[in-house]
Amino acid sequence: MPDDTEAQVVLRLDRITKTFGALTANDSVSLTLQKGEVIALLGENGAGKTTLMNILFGQYTADSGRVEVMGAALPPGNPRAALEAGVGMVHQHFTLAENMTVLENVTLGTHSLCALGLDRAAAHARLAQLAGDFGLSVDPDARVGALTVGERQRVEILKALYRDARILILDEPTAVLTPQETTDLFDTLRKAVALGLSIIFISHKLHEVMTISDRVVILRHGKVVHEGATSGTDRRDLADRMVGGRVTVPKAAPGIPGAPLLSLRDVSTPDRGNAPGLKALNLTLSAGQITGLAGVSGNGQAALADLVGGMIRPAVGALALNDAEVLHWTPRAAIHAGIARIPEDRHKTGTIADFDLSENAILETYRDAPFSRHGWMNWRAARDFAARIITSYDVRCPGPATRIRLLSGGNMQKLILGRVMEGAPQIILANQPVRGLDIGAVNYVHSQLLAARDRGAAVLLISEDLDEIMALSDVIHVISEGRLSPPFARGTMSPADLGVWMTGEGYDEGAAHAS
Amino acid sequence: MDIFDILMTASFWTAAIRIASPLIFATLGELICERAGVLNLGIEGIMVAGAFAGWMAVYSGLGLWPGVLVAFLVGMGFGLIHSVLTVPFGLSQHVIGLGVTLLATSSTYYAYRLALPEVTSPPSIMPFQPLKIPFLSDIPLVGPALFAQTPLTYLAFIMVAVVAIILYRTPLGLAVRASGENPAAVAAQGLSVTAIRMGAVMIGSGLMAVGGAFLTLSAFNSFFFEMVNGRGWICIALVVFGAWKPGKALLGAILFAAFDAAQIRIQQTPIGADIPYQVFLMLPYFLSILALVVMSRRAEVPAALMVPFNKGER
Repeated sequence: MPDDTEAQVVLRLDRITKTFGALTANDSVSLTLQKGEVIALLGENGAGKTTLMNILFGQYTADSGRVEVMGAALPPGNPRAALEAGVGMVHQHFTLAENMTVLENVTLGTHSLCALGLDRAAAHARLAQLAGDFGLSVDPDARVGALTVGERQRVEILKALYRDARILILDEPTAVLTPQETTDLFDTLRKAVALGLSIIFISHKLHEVMTISDRVVILRHGKVVHEGATSGTDRRDLADRMVGGRVTVPKAAPGIPGAPLLSLRDVSTPDRGNAPGLKALNLTLSAGQITGLAGVSGNGQAALADLVGGMIRPAVGALALNDAEVLHWTPRAAIHAGIARIPEDRHKTGTIADFDLSENAILETYRDAPFSRHGWMNWRAARDFAARIITSYDVRCPGPATRIRLLSGGNMQKLILGRVMEGAPQIILANQPVRGLDIGAVNYVHSQLLAARDRGAAVLLISEDLDEIMALSDVIHVISEGRLSPPFARGTMSPADLGVWMTGEGYDEGAAHAS
Repeated sequence: MDIFDILMTASFWTAAIRIASPLIFATLGELICERAGVLNLGIEGIMVAGAFAGWMAVYSGLGLWPGVLVAFLVGMGFGLIHSVLTVPFGLSQHVIGLGVTLLATSSTYYAYRLALPEVTSPPSIMPFQPLKIPFLSDIPLVGPALFAQTPLTYLAFIMVAVVAIILYRTPLGLAVRASGENPAAVAAQGLSVTAIRMGAVMIGSGLMAVGGAFLTLSAFNSFFFEMVNGRGWICIALVVFGAWKPGKALLGAILFAAFDAAQIRIQQTPIGADIPYQVFLMLPYFLSILALVVMSRRAEVPAALMVPFNKGER
């Protein structure tokens, strides 16, 4: 445990303030980090965590306040100075060059650009030493593009350690990991702490915060609203402080399953580059039920989502609606069959950034009455429709004529949700519906999905967040390498049980090769 | 004389290597730019400017090597214009590249008219002469082709090795390649993506201009309008053909040059007499497209090619 003496302080943020226009991202934030300590930095999206870390790392310049590392002031706006002072950052989105090797990624920028050569042998040896010390095994000559997400994260951590980082900042490190990989990561972090490193751990996942941190700092609206030892608190308390009120977790009472609405029978699709296609997959979506699909990203979720959404057809096998096989399966056929889609990437496939809200609201239905008749658009109907969504779904925006680019992620998602729900769909394909949303918006989306289920819709919920899957789903499948696990009823599986399936264990090998 | 006989003559290979030399310089230049993540479509115009600048410098009394240096510096100047607009300002690399080509070409012709308002045919200079390397140049076939060329051709081959070593064996090369793969990774290591990319574009543009200068200082002895004649565009394809690797790009340049040298000779054979000569002129381009299709299928494009990088952007 950290000692309270002043000499042990490795990092001090002193009254950091940063504004972007009218928005105050950080409001006089102070923070100290001690040697061998793990601080968890909690906060909703937009609470100012990432801004604060970017200031510490020199990527932004603070309006006022100062940063001290090992007692020496850090010049603002200079990532190189931060690196040299021993601050290492593992970004949420990895900053790795995929076509280059692990060693190349790690040594990038560690030598003077005027140096005439690279001492590969020495770099190899140092990397092997660090990998051993911290339990971060990875092949130094492997191409980063060929590594798993967990391995890439190890490379990111090695990059920081290679530069003698004494302070590690990890921005939502577990968001992309399986439970087993998360356990490995925590082992590494414990080793790092034992070797005298200090860690700032940014996360949304409260149980991880409880597991790994010594102290919790909570940011809300750019201000520190809580700071205290982890041992003196619990998850519910932290969640309360984070959102500033009671958290209303949606009541996921069990659904009443009805008739099967959509079924996939022995469906296979071709692989796509590194991502596997579906392998002889059987899945039934029933009315009044939320079917959760758990799995590490890139295991066939995209293919399944595209299949249900009408973007692709089964290469092998059949797709049936209400027990009748569908031969001509297109996005338009899917829309007409009452399938509503909440796409994984709302920027790329859910909306058109420079179209306004009314145009975006009718993207899927513009060819149908009342939005167009005899080939002519009825913009008044589109505007009224958008205005209705804005009111009913609490989309914060100036009005239907606003370009959707200007909306925050949460408000954009609410518009998509409105678009989906207003059509009273029979089947809802919700692919990562709450990714990047804050807790308030998450609860709203979840309660809407549950409401749709309760009025008889079939919901396919694809998510990498096990907590979300387990909180909402009536039936859970796990997908790995394009293979689907058997259905698990609500409450029969622990996260660790599902984690085993997520790593690819337990599948019927015969089924995998049947395709 | 059939095609096999043509391939067995030393003069054919000598011509092929000579034709390849300007392509090698310019392809290396483009390769450096693209490895850093910037597509430089200014190449065609920069080669024109380099051809003129090198020749004009020598015509005004400088030596041949100082002429090459002048061409290099002029190329860097256009590279500076290109990179300021495409790197810190992040403007469209297609539009800026074509703009630089138009600017460099037209300003070259303008400078030519300013410098030589009276002449009808451009004056000639004394170009680089072949430099025979003792003993090596006596090897049959290979000797005259590789070891009886002008010094600028030798420089082209040396540059292939230099660029390959820098790209793959030095921290600088690592940083250049990383800028073309994931600039965020470079910035996260405290390096300036802007400086690396601008530097790469300027050096690359300098090499393109030297490629142009080869035409006036080594291949011919004078400057003509239209003399670059699309070689820059060929080099863009050669970079893809070479999968962004200097060694393979060199092979591509020689292959294209061999097609070009062969077509002239085939035109003079009995078979050639019956076929319109335009077919032969087309041949190297046609075969290059075929080779490109075959060779570049497994190539790995720099992931951040043509992706501008803004430091503050999330």
